[in-house]
Amino acid sequence: MATYNLISTITVGSGGASSIVFTSIPQTFTDLVLKISARTASNSGPVFDSPYVDFNGSASNQTTRYLITTDGTTVASGNEARNYVLFGASRNTATANVFSNAELYIPNYAGSTYKSSSSDGVAENNATAVGLALAANLWSNTAAITSITLTPSTTGSNFLQYSSASLYGIKNS
Amino acid sequence: MTTKLIINCSTGEQTEVELTAEEVAQQEADALAFAEQEAARQAELDAKAEAKASAQAKLKALGLTDDEIEALVK
Repeated sequence: MATYNLISTITVGSGGASSIVFTSIPQTFTDLVLKISARTASNSGPVFDSPYVDFNGSASNQTTRYLITTDGTTVASGNEARNYVLFGASRNTATANVFSNAELYIPNYAGSTYKSSSSDGVAENNATAVGLALAANLWSNTAAITSITLTPSTTGSNFLQYSSASLYGIKNS
Repeated sequence: MTTKLIINCSTGEQTEVELTAEEVAQQEADALAFAEQEAARQAELDAKAEAKASAQAKLKALGLTDDEIEALVK
């Protein structure tokens, strides 16, 4: 039976944060799960933000395939050249005090093959316009993942106070 | 504020560090690229929604009821 262990959790303080970084990730688990509840300072554009996910500080050799909807009905698909937790954060244009609900699953993070991951994200908003997304990421790098960085995808935007991210390790035995 | 919040998973120590110039430049480049991609994604969604509304209007003009149209598009 798989076990689910909290490795670290981080909550953004009153000053905000340009990015959230987990370092020195233990290599003793089979998979990783990152749970995110976030809101960013961006005051323009739609209500959804999509934090970038970089492993080991590398922004290269990434691709993402996604399915999204922003009205709950119409679905679009596409590719990106970066890894995301697509719609993993609500922007500051969303209903006050509302935060996203998202998860990133990273199997075999300590292995020596390319690193795939998948995410589901809901940029919450107590209104009709809301972003829902499924994304499949690939980081074409064989290094074991020792750090994870989350960065809002809008210019000059910060994670706002009370945004949180929790990293869990999964053991398959 | 251009700081990153770092947590060391081995020690539990949490620190706040200023971004380097390189990290700031990367964030700015990423943000520009994301804005372009976001606009393209939204344009695709808008075009699909517009086509759907147009098709529904045409079906209604042919005499289908709202329930019948709903059954077709679901």
